[in-house]
Amino acid sequence: MPDDTEPYVYKKVANVVFGVLSPKFIKKMAAAKIVTPELYDKEGYPVDGGLMDVRLGVIDPGLRCKTCGSKLKECTGHFGYISLARPVIHISFISVVLTLLRYTCRECSRILLPTARIEQYGDRLKRLGKDKGPDVMRKKLKDLITASKGGGKCPHCKAKQKKIVIEKPTTFFEDEKRISPIEIRSRLEKLNDADIELFGLNPASVRPEWMVLTVLPIPPVTMRPSITLETGERSEDDLTHKLGDIVRINQRLFENINAGAPEIIVEDLWDLLQYHITTFFDNEVAQLPPARHRSGQPLKTLTERIKSKEGRIRHNLTGKRTNFSARTVISPDPMLELNEVGVPDIMAMKLTVPERVSDWNMAYLKEFVRKGPKNYPGANYIIRPDGKKKKLTEDTIEASIEELQPGYIVERHLMDGDIAIFNRQPSLHRMSMMCHRVRVLPNKTLRLNPAVCFPYNADFDGDEMNLHIPQTEEARAEAELLMLVDTQMISPRYGLSVIGCIQDAISGNYLLTRGGFSMPRADAIDLLASIGITEAAKLPKKESVTGKEVFSVLLPDDFSFTGRSKSREEPEVVIKSGKLVSGVMDKNNLGEGSGLLLRNLHKKYGRQFALDVLGKMFKLGIAVLMKRGFTTALSDTDLPNEAKSAIKNVFEKAEQDVAGLIAQYNSGQLDILPGRTLRETLELKILEVLNKARDETGKIVAMNVESYSHTIVMAISGARGTPLNLAQMAGCVGQQALRGKRIEAGYSGRTLSCFQRDDLTPEARGFIKNSFKAGLKPAEFFFQSVVGRDALMDTALRTPKSGYLYRRLANALQDLKVEYDGTVRDSGKRIVQFSYGEDGIDVSKSEGGALSVKRVISEASEKASQ
Amino acid sequence: MKRIDVKKHVLVPKHEKLSEKEKEEVLKQFSSRAEDFPRILKRDAVLLGMNVKFGDIIRITRKSATAGQTVFYRVVVLT
Repeated sequence: MPDDTEPYVYKKVANVVFGVLSPKFIKKMAAAKIVTPELYDKEGYPVDGGLMDVRLGVIDPGLRCKTCGSKLKECTGHFGYISLARPVIHISFISVVLTLLRYTCRECSRILLPTARIEQYGDRLKRLGKDKGPDVMRKKLKDLITASKGGGKCPHCKAKQKKIVIEKPTTFFEDEKRISPIEIRSRLEKLNDADIELFGLNPASVRPEWMVLTVLPIPPVTMRPSITLETGERSEDDLTHKLGDIVRINQRLFENINAGAPEIIVEDLWDLLQYHITTFFDNEVAQLPPARHRSGQPLKTLTERIKSKEGRIRHNLTGKRTNFSARTVISPDPMLELNEVGVPDIMAMKLTVPERVSDWNMAYLKEFVRKGPKNYPGANYIIRPDGKKKKLTEDTIEASIEELQPGYIVERHLMDGDIAIFNRQPSLHRMSMMCHRVRVLPNKTLRLNPAVCFPYNADFDGDEMNLHIPQTEEARAEAELLMLVDTQMISPRYGLSVIGCIQDAISGNYLLTRGGFSMPRADAIDLLASIGITEAAKLPKKESVTGKEVFSVLLPDDFSFTGRSKSREEPEVVIKSGKLVSGVMDKNNLGEGSGLLLRNLHKKYGRQFALDVLGKMFKLGIAVLMKRGFTTALSDTDLPNEAKSAIKNVFEKAEQDVAGLIAQYNSGQLDILPGRTLRETLELKILEVLNKARDETGKIVAMNVESYSHTIVMAISGARGTPLNLAQMAGCVGQQALRGKRIEAGYSGRTLSCFQRDDLTPEARGFIKNSFKAGLKPAEFFFQSVVGRDALMDTALRTPKSGYLYRRLANALQDLKVEYDGTVRDSGKRIVQFSYGEDGIDVSKSEGGALSVKRVISEASEKASQ
Repeated sequence: MKRIDVKKHVLVPKHEKLSEKEKEEVLKQFSSRAEDFPRILKRDAVLLGMNVKFGDIIRITRKSATAGQTVFYRVVVLT
C-alpha cells in the first residue's frame, strides 16, 4: 500500500495541448498494423494483424501482451492502425473542413481576405479566440470575409471562386461537381500556417489535412473486450464489429483498385468506407442510417460511449458509486438525539470502520476479531501491513487473532457513536448532507429525529435516505467539525434555525404552555423524568404547578426573551430570567425557520446547548400529549344547531345576492367595472359574494367549535392544518376555482349535462355548499375532482421544471465566493458584488437576515454597567 | 425631437464619473484591476453627455432592499 504522506512530486503537468493526430503520429504510436478482418484462428488464438492482435494488449487472463510483456490489468493496451486505401473525411471535423474550403482560394490556397484586412484584424481575431473560443472567432472571420466582398474573386490571385455546398453528411460539391476527399485533402495541404491561425487552429498541433484520414488508429483491445457467453461462444464488442467492417471494406477497396476495377465500383466502395468510418466515430449522425446489429439494435460506437446520461462522463465519472454506504427507507424516532441516526443492526454488521492496531488497543480489537463477522459487534476483515485484505470467517478467526499485531488494521462493525454522513436527494443545499452519530437499533429502517426532517425535506411516506461511513481519521474529523447537525442549525439562507419542533411536539408544547394548564407537582416531576430531566429544583415548591412553570425548567436561568406567538389570546411571549411569564409556545417560537427563540438560545449558549434544549422541548411536547391524550375526531367538527342555521342563513343571503346580480346582468343594469367586460364584471362580483359567504361560514365555525378540541388546537398552534381546513370540514367547502375563475363550460354553455344552458347560479358553476362532513352532492364531487386533477397535473408538470431551473442557477453561481474584503467574486477574481448582499451581512450570523441593533446596544450597556 | 435624459427617470439610480484620483482610491480599496470590475457600455444611455472614455469608473448609488443605500462601481468599456 503506498504511503499516504508521500512528499515527493515526480512529475508535474505543465500544460495540456489539444490537437488532431497526424498520420505520422498515428503510425508512430501504433504497435501493429492491422490487415485482416479475421479475429481468431482455428485454435481460438488471436490472428497476427487481426483486430484482436496480441500486440494491442491482452484481455485473456494468463496471456502476456506482446508489446510490453505485462499481464492482464497491468497492460493498458496499445493502439494499432490501418492504412486506408482512399482518404476519408473525419465526421467530427466536417464543419471546419467546410469553412476552410469556402473561405480559402481554390487556386492559390490563401485566405479570401485582403492582406490589408488581415493586418488590420489579425490580432483582434486572435484575442477574440483566446477570450471566447475558436467558434466565436471563426464566426467573426466569416463575417469579415463576407463583408470584404471580393466579388467572388480571390483578393490575392484574382482567381474566380466557385460555390461550395455540402450534401450532408460527408459529400462536398463545387458548382455541382463532386470533390473527392483526395482533392479536399490536397487543397487543405496547401494552406499556409499563418492563414490557418486566423481560422482558430494552432498549426503546430492541427494541420487541416489531418482532418481527412489516410490512416485510422485502431483502439486497443482492452477498451473493446470480447465476452464469453455461458454457451462458450464469444461475443465481440460493438467497436470490434465496426472495425471489422472497416477493415473488410478497406481490403476490398484495395483489391478493386489494384485489379483496375471500373470507377463506379471503386467509388461505391469508397462511399461505403466513408460510411463505416463515420459510424465508427458517431453512430447518431443525422442523415445516416445507424449501423445495426443483426438483431436490429444500433451499435454503440465511440461518441455514444462518451455522450449523454448513460455515457462515460455522466455515468461512470460523475456518477461514481461508493463503498461503505447504505440506503433504505427512513422512519421517525423522537427518542433519538437530534444529531443521531438509527442504523439497523444488519447494516451495522456490513458497514465497517477501519481501526489500526497498536499496543494499547490490541486487546480491544482482538475482541472484535474473535466475534467474527456473524456476531455483533465483530469485524469483517483484517488488513495486513502490506495491504493484503483477509476476510474473517469461522475458520480463519483463530489464526487471525494469533496473527494480529501492531500495524494491522481491523475493519470492525459500525458501533454507537461512530460518525456517519446522512443524505437525502435531491441534495439542494448543504443541509441535505449532515453528519450524524450512529445508534445501532433493531429492525430494518434508518431512523432520524423528526425535528431534522425539515432540512432534509424528508417525510416518512416511503422516503429513502443514504448513509456514508467516513473511513479515515481526517474524514471523520472533518465531517464532525464541519457537517455535524449542530453546526448546520442556523440556516445561511435566512439566519434562523432550520431545525425545530414539528407536528405533535408543537401541539404538545402549545397545550402545556396555554393558560389554564396545571398539574400536581409530582406528576410534573414524573413528566420531566420521562424525558431525561432529573433536576427539578426549578419547579416552584407548591402542590400544583402550571404548564408554563414546567416548560420553564428547560430554560437557562439567565435567559430573557420577548417575542410574538401565533395565538391571539396571548400574543406576547415574555421570558424573564429563565421563566416563561406569558405567551404560548407554538410554531412561531418552536418551529423551524420562524421566530427568534431558538436563534437567541443558539447565540447566547452555543449550538450544543441550543440543540439539546430543542431536543428536550421536542420530547416534552410529545410526553405531554402521551400523558394527556391527543387525537382528532369527527366530533371536533360538530356544530350547535344555532350555528347550523346561521350558516344556512348566510347561504340563503348569498344565493339571493347572486340571483340579484344575474338579474341585473340579464336586464343590463349591472355597472361595468373599468377594464372589464360585462360578463367579467358579473363573474368577479359573484366570486366576491361567494367568497364572502365562505369566509363568514368559516368565522361561524371558528366561533362555535369547542376551542379545546384537538383539531382546532392543531390549527391554532400551527402544528398541522389551517382554520380553513376545519371550516371546510364543518361548514362548507366553498367555490372551486379553476385558473382563478369559476368552473366554466365543459359542454356547450354548461358544466354538466344536468344543468340548464347558461345557468350562472353558484351550484352550476362549482360552488360547493356542503361540508366534507355532510358529504358532497354528485355535481359538487365532480367539481372538486376537476380542481383536484388540475392541481395534481400542475404540480406534476411544475416540479421537474423548477428543479431544472434551480439546478442551472446553482451551477451558475457555484464558484462565487465572498473574499476577505467582503466582495463577492467569481473564480477569475472578477467582482460580482462590492459588498456581499449589499449590506455585507453574513446571514448565518444574523438574526433573520438583519442585525438586531437594539440587542447589540442593550448587551453593550449591560456589559458597561457591570 | 426632444431628447430624453434617462438620468432624470425615477427608476434610474445616480451615476457619476470618478476623477482619476478617486479611481485610484477605489481600485486600491478593492485591490483590483479595472478589468475585474463589472462593466458598462460607453454607449449606455445613462452615460450620454457624461464625457466618459474607456477605462473610466462610474459610481452608481442605488437604493437597496437590504442596506438602504449602496454604492456600485462599473468600468466603461467600448464593446
